[in-house]
Amino acid sequence: MSTTEPSTHPPGPRWAEVHASAEFQELRRRLRVFVFPMTLLFLGWYLTYVLLADYAHGFMSTKVVGNINLGLLLGLLQFVSTFAITALYVRYANRRLDPIADRIRIEIEGEEAK
Amino acid sequence: MSTLAQSIEGGNPALNISIFVAFVVVTLVVVFRASRNTKTASDYYAAGRAFSGPQNGIAISGDYLSAASFLGIAGAIAVYGYDGFLYSIGFLVAWLVALLLVAELLRNTGKFTMGDVLAFRMRQRPVRAAAATSTLAVSFFYLLAQMAGAGVLVSLLLGITGEAGQSVVIAVVGAIMIVYVLVGGMKGTTWVQIIKAALLIAGAFAMTVWVLGKYGFNLSDLLGSAVERAGEGGESLLNPGARYGESGLTKLDFLSLGVALVLGTAGLPHVLMRFYTVPTAKDARRSVVWAIALIGLFYLFTLVLGYGAAALVGADTIKAAPGGSNAAAPLLAQELGGPLLLGFIAAVAFATILAVVAGLTITASASFAHDVYANVIKKGTVDSKDTEVRVARITACVIGALAIVGGILAKDQNVAFLVALAFAVAASANLPTLLYSLFWKRFNTQGALWSIYGGLLVTIVLIVFSPAVSGGDDAMITSVDFHWFPLSNPGLVSIPASFFLGWLGTILSKEHLEDKHREMEVRSLTGAGSEKATAH
Repeated sequence: MSTTEPSTHPPGPRWAEVHASAEFQELRRRLRVFVFPMTLLFLGWYLTYVLLADYAHGFMSTKVVGNINLGLLLGLLQFVSTFAITALYVRYANRRLDPIADRIRIEIEGEEAK
Repeated sequence: MSTLAQSIEGGNPALNISIFVAFVVVTLVVVFRASRNTKTASDYYAAGRAFSGPQNGIAISGDYLSAASFLGIAGAIAVYGYDGFLYSIGFLVAWLVALLLVAELLRNTGKFTMGDVLAFRMRQRPVRAAAATSTLAVSFFYLLAQMAGAGVLVSLLLGITGEAGQSVVIAVVGAIMIVYVLVGGMKGTTWVQIIKAALLIAGAFAMTVWVLGKYGFNLSDLLGSAVERAGEGGESLLNPGARYGESGLTKLDFLSLGVALVLGTAGLPHVLMRFYTVPTAKDARRSVVWAIALIGLFYLFTLVLGYGAAALVGADTIKAAPGGSNAAAPLLAQELGGPLLLGFIAAVAFATILAVVAGLTITASASFAHDVYANVIKKGTVDSKDTEVRVARITACVIGALAIVGGILAKDQNVAFLVALAFAVAASANLPTLLYSLFWKRFNTQGALWSIYGGLLVTIVLIVFSPAVSGGDDAMITSVDFHWFPLSNPGLVSIPASFFLGWLGTILSKEHLEDKHREMEVRSLTGAGSEKATAH
């Protein structure tokens, strides 16, 4: 790698061919099928929370236990959901994405080395 | 109470300074040791891609938990209660965008900068110039915020109130930062982040346990005590609306801020650049996981610290202290552990500014040297990597000098406002282009340029004509009022505008880059042909 231009790619592997392969299409599908809905989910949940805190003061001020109100609980739930989605994604990526990605990469880089 | 005008009563400036000096000495030794192996551009910009996921995750949290989040959020909770807490939620949830959509794909397709990712399939010179422009803009706003924060801290913790004295301290902070960046490169800077993050999180943890211990580890009792201390109407501390609930407009402003916060993080150039310091995409994933865990924990600590300060110090004392609400965490430290804990927290806050400024400077200088100098001016024909690194070092000095001057000029500005601005620019100018370029096969050069320059322009115009610059309660310019845009934060308008411009620019251009996109998609998803770690 002596050039500074990442676009002078090695011509070696046939990217279009790899891209069309069933294996790669499966990897692409698995990634998108997880990250897109999940992004919509957490953004929607976050926006719901922001709108509630912004416009539903009475509701958010409802006391639940002692001095802890619904607003605080929902806020803490944002932390919980963030941690949970992180854990889910890592598990999914380790099991469903990495094995295929590793296989394809080794195939391509093996070709390059020839 | 008369000494409050100078510094925190009972604080010991000599002690504060000596703890800070100790931090500087230790980190400088680490930086010099780390610099021994810095030879190539990959070493200088990306620390040889040799950091582990957890190390990088700690460094990311060091980069991210700026003085504004530490002092600002704890202070906002202490004074405004619940509305301060809302900031930290936006700052945290934002990391999911980075985790799910950006970190790994970026690591696989680029080398050092955001420009690398865009240049992958588009016409290099225009998109690199655009990416560098927005990187420099975000870094500049963020730098100003940190340097302005340094000014506040100086008066707060060292008892230096004179204009000249504060300026000297800002200059010293800037100079130390330049040394870190010049000598240590990315590796040295990363170690400074790691040390700082460890101190900051440990300090906040100790104070959190201490505060909770005072209330028998019962959060409800702590909240009750905060309400009691606030006296009449104290109940509002626990409910949303104290800060942003005034009118329909302030509510809309809050929504705008919330959107900018959640979408800004994944477009912050100094965060993006950190993903290049690890060997593989899997390590990039691991680093985000560590960052989310540490940042999440830290914001939970600030919740306790904010209410703790409200309960033990009291909002009135905090507002009267130099630095206003920013003084909440230091005052709480003093209340709990006396001058020694105050000195520690003060030193950590300084270290925080130093480290974040160093991280921003290396990012901005890398973007200039790598994107603008090497690829736009020299058209990718720089004869040796040494030249590029030399340009980066010179740029770092220039940016450092600008940061010092800007910091001195901006030292009376609202820190949180400047940070929110940086997030708005990052979310509008950087994120749409990044996402389009990673996920949309039709995206092309014109789309990228419209989205970056358009997003940047809309954001800056709306900011200039916002009540935050003129006409508002604590506006920058008080003598004239030329605002016509009603919101302080432009995110609600500028982010959709930038997404729209990116789409429009793309479909109006005949350029098709689908082949390149296929290659990019294979590489980004599998890591084939990605930059490897250098072995020393």
